Amino acid sequence: MPSIEATNLSKKYGSFTAVSNLNLKLEGAKCVGFLGPNGAGKTTTLKMFTDLIRPSSGEALINGVNVHMQKKKALESVGTLIEMPEIYPALTPREALTMIAEIRGVPKAERKRRVEEAVSEVRMSEWIDKRVGKFSKGMKQRICVASAILSDPSVVLLDEPTSGLDPRGMSEVRDIIKSLKNKKRLIFMSSHLLSEVSDVCDEVAIIDHGKLIVYDTISHVTAKVSGGENVVEIGLRNTVDADLVNKIAAKLSYIIKAEKSDGNTFKIKFAGDLDTQEKLLADLVKMNIGIVSYKPASSALEGAYLSLIKDTL
Amino acid sequence: MINMTETTIVSNNKVPSSLTQVGITMKYTLLDYIRSRRFYIMLTIAIVISAILTFVIGYYRPANFLVTDLSFYSGWWGNIATYVIVLSGIFFGGDAISGEFQNKTGYFGIPNPIRRSAIYIGKWLSALIASTVILVVFAAITLGNGLYYFPSVPYEFGLSLLFAWFYLIAVLGFTFFFSSLFKSSSISILVTAILFLFAFDIIQFFVASLAQIEPWFMLSYGGQIIGNILTVPYPAHKVVTSFGPGGGAGPDIGGFSMTTFNVQIPEGLAIIGIYFIVTAILGLVLFERKEFTG
Repeated sequence: MPSIEATNLSKKYGSFTAVSNLNLKLEGAKCVGFLGPNGAGKTTTLKMFTDLIRPSSGEALINGVNVHMQKKKALESVGTLIEMPEIYPALTPREALTMIAEIRGVPKAERKRRVEEAVSEVRMSEWIDKRVGKFSKGMKQRICVASAILSDPSVVLLDEPTSGLDPRGMSEVRDIIKSLKNKKRLIFMSSHLLSEVSDVCDEVAIIDHGKLIVYDTISHVTAKVSGGENVVEIGLRNTVDADLVNKIAAKLSYIIKAEKSDGNTFKIKFAGDLDTQEKLLADLVKMNIGIVSYKPASSALEGAYLSLIKDTL
Repeated sequence: MINMTETTIVSNNKVPSSLTQVGITMKYTLLDYIRSRRFYIMLTIAIVISAILTFVIGYYRPANFLVTDLSFYSGWWGNIATYVIVLSGIFFGGDAISGEFQNKTGYFGIPNPIRRSAIYIGKWLSALIASTVILVVFAAITLGNGLYYFPSVPYEFGLSLLFAWFYLIAVLGFTFFFSSLFKSSSISILVTAILFLFAFDIIQFFVASLAQIEPWFMLSYGGQIIGNILTVPYPAHKVVTSFGPGGGAGPDIGGFSMTTFNVQIPEGLAIIGIYFIVTAILGLVLFERKEFTG
């Protein structure tokens, strides 16, 4: 089972503590969002897991192996995208990714196929033999995403993976992350985009001033902060009728509030946990109202995030 | 889509040995070097210098160049080769490591199952190969001109070529070490260029001529074996030249003297070797410890 573990992990720069005694264990196939304000210690933590910086104290373990004691073993099944890497400008994506595939020990017989598939997945096939030096920031970012997934890793560490991408690129990267999740990978992803985290992640770890504030499922985090209340966003095939929303709110007793969001979506605030969320979905389906999507509202996570971060100020 | 097992993660990947990874890094960095503008600029510099020398010697036929085959190689190769080497060192080594930080290429390579030392050595080897290509081009043009004027090639030229390559190895060791000290490419290139093109020569001059101390601690002093081997007889280790009143009889009667040290071959090889070993170790240690912050 893939795992990432920080044990009393700290990083100090002189008197400034970037990460303070971080204890966090992520295990199994899931996507964990790593949230926090600028300077909270997210990138520093990810860098300690990838040998870009070394901890002042504590341990960074991947699949049970200490990254700084046995780097090669620890990172042998890890795909990474930290900050916005640059690629040697005179190389083509095919060459740069083949280099990474060779370093990671992808078998020779599979290398060409894996590189082409990874490039295809980030929609860069037509650029595969062009030199990287001529690429835009977003194109380079796509190649770096391809590099992270190239060797079929069990653990993927991503630092703001959609940064620098256009909306289409962001959506495509989110799809890649979702497909990795479906393939039983452990993904640890920092992001400032709470809607993105709500969309692709199962759990969140929130860090501020170098300290872990909370690590739990998104539902639990939002429920904790909102006093046991949760918000889901429901998308309908047809335009939402305000009367329908009111009827639903009246019919289901555990609903606190229901309101129309925009054309085809509405939000329901309810009291309860994941079980209630599951029951709500079942009840709504029974009503045969034409549901096409159902997810925790990103605003709920945003509310929780702001509340938690505000509490530490 | 990448074919990944849905339930269990089975990987056929087998991370290669560090030695193999050195070769992988070398191969792709060399590809980057060979395609880069700086490689062609350096090649052009070597060719332009050679073209100017070819024209000047062919047109003016300077006597001191054309007395013997050795005087030809001494005048051409002995005077210019060290500059070609130093320029290659600056071009290919000046920002080789600092560029990993400033240009963020390190973020692409380092978070992989590879030791930093494998990246360092791989990059160093590719810089050595690229620089050797430049040196070989310059040597080939020298040889072509030499064969035009003289039927034979003195064996001393072969030794000088070998010493030049040793010197190149040490220069690259030094430039990589200096590159590891900085995170800014431009600063590391500038500092390396100032050191090799001005500072070392000035220090060497003052230490030898004025303080009359042999500059055995200067890499550029060790590199003098490249030119000295082409001088027959080999220059004396210490030469004191007096100038001024009394026919240059010395400082007692108002004149002054200047001391010149000529490095001997074993000493020169030792300086080059020690410089390489020390700077290679220091550079590796620095790169291993340096953090990708900011």
